[in-house]
Amino acid sequence: MEGLISLFVKAVFVENLALAFFLGMCTFIAISKKISAAFGLGIAVVVVQAITVPLNNLILNGLLKEGALSWIGVDVDLTFLGLISYIGVIAAAVQILEMFLDRFMPALYSALGVFLPLITVNCAILGGSLFMVERDYNFAESVTYGLGSGVGWALAITALAGVREKMKYSDVPEGLRGLGITFITVGLMSLGFMAFSGIQL
Amino acid sequence: MDAKTKKLVTDPLFDNNPIALQILGICSALAVTTSMNTALLMCIALTCVCALSSAAVSAIRDHVPSAIRIIVQMIIIASLVIIADQVMKAFAYDTSKKLSVFVGLIITNCIVMGRAEGFAMSNNVKDSFWDGVGNGLGYSVILLVLAALREFFGAGSLFGIKIMTLVNDGGWYVPNGMMLLPPSAFFLIGIFIWVVRTWKPAQVEESDFTIHEPDGAHGHAEAR
Repeated sequence: MEGLISLFVKAVFVENLALAFFLGMCTFIAISKKISAAFGLGIAVVVVQAITVPLNNLILNGLLKEGALSWIGVDVDLTFLGLISYIGVIAAAVQILEMFLDRFMPALYSALGVFLPLITVNCAILGGSLFMVERDYNFAESVTYGLGSGVGWALAITALAGVREKMKYSDVPEGLRGLGITFITVGLMSLGFMAFSGIQL
Repeated sequence: MDAKTKKLVTDPLFDNNPIALQILGICSALAVTTSMNTALLMCIALTCVCALSSAAVSAIRDHVPSAIRIIVQMIIIASLVIIADQVMKAFAYDTSKKLSVFVGLIITNCIVMGRAEGFAMSNNVKDSFWDGVGNGLGYSVILLVLAALREFFGAGSLFGIKIMTLVNDGGWYVPNGMMLLPPSAFFLIGIFIWVVRTWKPAQVEESDFTIHEPDGAHGHAEAR
């Protein structure tokens, strides 16, 4: 259990997907002009991440790994098909989630609706699954990691949106306006998050 | 190479750069630039995938119902990335280990998807191929510049070859460790955008608010 808590904290702060691994940058920069939109997207990422990382873990261990298919008498190593399976799982999971929310939670659907399709092509989601594969997490760890990395990403985009909402009133040099100054801000935030890097629980 | 092809290839380099102007595909642009080797390999992989996927998507564009086009594009791209990944593991194993998950992330790289959806779906195979090459190169320009700066100042070397001797090895250069950490990538790309936009002022964004000089301040200045 302690290991899991430590993994969670590490995934949120130390190995923040957006600020330490630059994942999901495109949406991170594009949707961070308003706090409300950024928060909505952040929640959607947490939900999708917490579903897809464990799901891909099951796919990897139950179908792709060498020997995983021995129960039907085939012994093959299908890990090279990993990339295409993970992205397929993510696209399908997002689609199903969208249909599910539309049917059972219309209020949440109308809040998250616009962001869900965007999430399929968010590198943070695929990146989370690939890190899970690379670091060989078991099922419990992959649930924790999925949740933690999603929360970390949501935290980063909401904080950036807060900074940008204040920043639009400031007098920025012409060439830096918009995109340029946003990158510098993200750099400063990333510096701040690096301060967490020594934390051990 | 006729004029149109030339324009397709050179336009994305500076005038319509996918990273600096369209904010696409930045994820990997920042993560793989700590050394020239990894950046160069990433550029080659992305340019190949982008060109081939654009050509493939363009070739079948008339036969795909628009409702499922995204998933078809995704499968084409994912298959190409798997090939690129396997080739890399076979011929450049060490560097591909360092690239870790970022080769796989070419699938979700918005440049590749963006070109497939935005250009290849409505243009012929040849143009789409060159457009893919051009955008791949536009991405490569930024990646290589960033990687050169980061590796040179962070480790005193280029392509792993020592150029400035570090203090640790008895030389004179004190490496700037910050350059190898994530924040410097953000700062450098911000500055890069600043430089490009100062050079080509047409790309400057409109500001949300203009600063208004209050009358009182003006009168005060005159009274002095």
